[in-house]
Amino acid sequence: MSRLWVERGVYRPRPARGLAGLPVPEIPEVSRGRFNIRDEDPVEAPFNWRQFRRLLGYLRPYRLHVAGAVVLMLVTAATRLAVPYLLKLAIDQVLDPSGPGALLPPAERLRLINLYGAAFLGINAVGLLAARGRILLSARVGQQALHDMRRQLFTHIQRLGFDFYDRRPVGKILVRLTNDVNALQDLLQNGLVNTISDLFMLLGIVGMMFYLHPGLAAATLVVLPALVILSTRLRRRIRRAWQAVRAKLANINAHLNESIQGIRVTQAFVQERNNIRFFRGMNHDNWRSWMAAAKASALFGPAVELTGAVGTAMVFWYGAHLLRTGALLVGDIVAFNTYVGQFWEPISRLGQFYTQLLVAMASSERIFEFLDARPDVADAPGARNMPPIQGRVRFEHVHFAYEPGRPVLHDIDFEVEPGQTIALVGHTGSGKTTITALLSRFYDPTEGRILIDGIDIRTVRLQSLRSQMAVVLQDTFLFQGTVADNIRYGRLDATDEEVEAAARAACAHDFIMAMENGYQTEVRERGSRLSIGQRQLISFARAFLADPRILILDEATSSIDTQTELLIQEALRRLLKGRTAFVVAHRLSTIRSADRILVLDHGRIVESGTHDELYARRGVYYRLLQAQYRHLAAPGGD
Amino acid sequence: MSVFRHLRPYYGPYRLTLVLGIVSMALLTAVGLLRPFLVQQLIDRVITQGRYDLLPLLAAAVIGVALVRGVFNFGRQYFGELFGQNAVLELRNALYVKLQYLGFAYYDKAQTGNLMSRLTGDVEAFRMFLSFGIIYLCDFAFMIGFGLAAMLAISPELTLVTFAVSPYLAYVSYRFDRLVRPTFSRIRKALSDLTTTIQESISGVRTVKSFAREAHEIDKFEQRNLDYRDRNLDASRLWARYFPLLEMGGNLATALLLWYGGRLVAAGEISLGSLVAFFSLVGYMVWPIRELGWILNLYSQSVAAGERLVEVLHAPETVTNRQGAVPLGRARGHVRFEGVSFAYDGQNPVLQDIHLDAPPGSTIALVGTTGAGKSTLVSLIPRFYDVTAGRVLVDGYDVRDLELESLRRNIGFVLQETFLFSASVRENIAYGRPDASMDEIVAAARRAQAHDFIMELPRGYDTVVGERGLGLSGGQKQRIAIARALLMDPPILILDDATASVDMETEQKIQRALAEVMKGRTTFVIAHRISMLQQADEILVLDRGRIVERGRHEELLRRGGFYRRVYDIQFRDAAAAPVVSANGRYGRAPGKVLPLKPGREGSS
Repeated sequence: MSRLWVERGVYRPRPARGLAGLPVPEIPEVSRGRFNIRDEDPVEAPFNWRQFRRLLGYLRPYRLHVAGAVVLMLVTAATRLAVPYLLKLAIDQVLDPSGPGALLPPAERLRLINLYGAAFLGINAVGLLAARGRILLSARVGQQALHDMRRQLFTHIQRLGFDFYDRRPVGKILVRLTNDVNALQDLLQNGLVNTISDLFMLLGIVGMMFYLHPGLAAATLVVLPALVILSTRLRRRIRRAWQAVRAKLANINAHLNESIQGIRVTQAFVQERNNIRFFRGMNHDNWRSWMAAAKASALFGPAVELTGAVGTAMVFWYGAHLLRTGALLVGDIVAFNTYVGQFWEPISRLGQFYTQLLVAMASSERIFEFLDARPDVADAPGARNMPPIQGRVRFEHVHFAYEPGRPVLHDIDFEVEPGQTIALVGHTGSGKTTITALLSRFYDPTEGRILIDGIDIRTVRLQSLRSQMAVVLQDTFLFQGTVADNIRYGRLDATDEEVEAAARAACAHDFIMAMENGYQTEVRERGSRLSIGQRQLISFARAFLADPRILILDEATSSIDTQTELLIQEALRRLLKGRTAFVVAHRLSTIRSADRILVLDHGRIVESGTHDELYARRGVYYRLLQAQYRHLAAPGGD
Repeated sequence: MSVFRHLRPYYGPYRLTLVLGIVSMALLTAVGLLRPFLVQQLIDRVITQGRYDLLPLLAAAVIGVALVRGVFNFGRQYFGELFGQNAVLELRNALYVKLQYLGFAYYDKAQTGNLMSRLTGDVEAFRMFLSFGIIYLCDFAFMIGFGLAAMLAISPELTLVTFAVSPYLAYVSYRFDRLVRPTFSRIRKALSDLTTTIQESISGVRTVKSFAREAHEIDKFEQRNLDYRDRNLDASRLWARYFPLLEMGGNLATALLLWYGGRLVAAGEISLGSLVAFFSLVGYMVWPIRELGWILNLYSQSVAAGERLVEVLHAPETVTNRQGAVPLGRARGHVRFEGVSFAYDGQNPVLQDIHLDAPPGSTIALVGTTGAGKSTLVSLIPRFYDVTAGRVLVDGYDVRDLELESLRRNIGFVLQETFLFSASVRENIAYGRPDASMDEIVAAARRAQAHDFIMELPRGYDTVVGERGLGLSGGQKQRIAIARALLMDPPILILDDATASVDMETEQKIQRALAEVMKGRTTFVIAHRISMLQQADEILVLDRGRIVERGRHEELLRRGGFYRRVYDIQFRDAAAAPVVSANGRYGRAPGKVLPLKPGREGSS
């Protein structure tokens, strides 16, 4: 292994000698499984007509365009059929020295030659104009349909609940909206129109051949079965081989991505060499599958050409014999020869169409899976708008389970007065966050109900409910854009002054002004230099701007540097004032200042009261604080 | 061309394969041009002259030509692909090796997405040119050369007439090529904007839903969606405009041929067979001319892609082994900083004049605000970066004089951002020591307080985690990362905010675990909570790259500076808690529990 490079970071190929002394890449040592690489077996599901019909539904609004494209395509195909026939006429009537043309006066022959030249140009011009129109029409149809599908898909997943997102990594969702939709482009834009025209073209060619001479046509077409078998059998082998290549390549890319993201770990643990050994094995695998596919593909062209040549030989031989008997003219033979040459193209495209269809069906199946996902939480029929919220919240014997049979909350029952701050306290997994998620109706209770100002939240429109509440999450998500844009997310129509006022209230103004472009500094989801604490202040500013009647706050658990910590405490105090607030609390200062503390244990409220009351009771709360905060105590009574 | 020179080490060794591909292509084209002559023979000799005895020979020739062509056709595809794939295999290996060794400084600036697009898109663009581009470019020359020769052999006059349209074709394809490139780059841009928008709204879905901003997100998305559609339509409009113009070129040539060649046939100057053969020749030659734009495009893209690849391959490795670097055996763990200064960009110092001495087995704690330079300081020990001034010593050696690998093997690092690979929990823990036994792995996991939750995972230690596996909570990941470092059994341990993303409950567990493993090792701890710091042999308070306070816990408390303030803030919180540990050293259960009165403010 070490002989492969002379220095760190420099790799020098050492090709081995392969077959006939050709240089081939050295076969790497077998590497042990080091990372989890799953080879997905290419599976071909049976063709699903219902799904296909559903897919065609996206073309329905543009059926006139589609019809227009088909008509234009047929015009082009017709002109392509006409050209060999025109050539035949030119040869037989004018050019053939042994034909009738030879007897015409020279001036008449020249006139006819000019005529055929002009007709040839004219027919082609019509065909090309039609092709131009067809390209424009099918592009419009295809792009519009893809656009519609993308919009439908995006709008739909925006409506889906957290359970949808909980189960899927971002990358997977993204790939469906981009790659899977784009994979339908070939089919929707050109595939269908081309297929219709190809079928027409095939029929046309066969028709023309039979029209010219049925016997010769039949003789030429004996190769047809061979062509059909070729285009299905060999194509299937090729398709599978390329599927294998794609899977290997996907693995390589996934590993590359991961190895870049984990590079610091790799270098800290001095694993460069082990990784390189692993990658070389993977890379060589990919090379092998690629060459197998290339070999299969390279057989296709020759096989087809050979079959075609048999047809051509037939035209030569049998055609010449027919000519001798006078049953055929020279022009017929030339035309036949051209038609045989043209025959292959539509057959090949029809073979491709089938592959295209399979790819499209696989993609559309994934797309429809998303479209068929039903949101767990949706507006009830006849839901009305939530009137302005006062802030009285009541949980009435609420039970909840994410999965049936595994309850997370049992009989939660409490009432909160407007303006109160409620601290939710308990071990990880005791159900604190679930309670807040139910309140914003990200999930619906399995049993019981939740009332705000006496109204069951399931009877109002989601939008009207959530727009009067704000949730501050543990980890603040920043959108690409400026700091000001990010704060403005709390209220889209806020003025710059309002944004700044909110930032000041959230104690975020000072550090924002210290950034190079102040409020206009560009931030990004990752890679921004904002600390976790600073990001939380920005989300506080968002909440100030939204000015919600009910605030839900999931305190960050991360340790935050102490200066920022102080700012957060101050901002929090201001933010909680005058609103009903639920805080999943980790800071003792927050817990202590709450109007009421709900202590949760395994999905039940086990204690409820103020800090002083609960402390005096020496129960669960007391023990919880004891467990969590003893380390903060001062040593030696300094 | 310098791109091809730079990348030559990777494709150069395989040039013989390329030569075979080109030779196959030349023969394929040459043999293919026999076909029009066969038609010519059929018409002129067999039909016109009545030499029907030649028919079997002619038919056999048609099949023979196809057979021979088949062999060369296979050859040029296979060898072309082989050449491209061989080169790309080596290129990928080289890129991967390079990426493994590029330093932290490089990755601080590089974006994963950008690197990935080089490793995928650019490598592919380069391969396309090697696999097809070169051979097609040669074929263009063969086709023109051989075709011209064949045409001239039949009729110089007709050849001239036919080639009258070539300036037109060349002009149209040049224009098209000029316009199509920016159009496609606009499509790519629109797609990348669309992707970013989608990605962002999915990643931020909790925020979106919390503020009920779905409609806003849909609006944002729809703008990008429309833009992407329109850019695609631009491209098809361009194609719709140029496609007929290009096709018309070929048709014009054929019409000219019919018009002028017809006269020649009528005048008896050339035979009918020659004219028909000419038609086929024109048909064959129009194709490569029309494709020339595409091939040139392949070329220019491969040059641009190659440049970006060369950029990666030639990126300087800032941290390397010095000539005659000394391998470090098992270190005792004596770390010293002597007047160390550091600047990432060489200008704005992040650390200034740092002195510290950590004898074997001692614990050094670092505190300070975000950006004070704590992480930078510890990353100088394993030489993730090299100092700008001063020196860092391990066991008396300047780290720059030590063999890098041997130095790093002596250091266990728990990074601030936990990263786990798509591999089983076992493989992740054994990342630094792939040969570790299962017992050792379990022992490390136990000491990192990770064993219990690992056993509860669906497949225990064989559960696949990371990007393509099971999701773990931040605290769980962090404990696996700690186990990973512990398995190395390093004399020097660095914990860069190792408990940043865990809740207090877990933090407690980890702290207890750490207290034990820190014994007998030189340890550097970065943390915000006093509880993590107070037992350190020396606490360093950093502010804007300088050490502003240093000493043991009690000394710093007495001094009443930054550390005292941090302590007070945290203690004010703690004072409200009902318990005080008498003298809670790491990992030791508090001896005596003293309840405090609720609501009492700071006991100092």
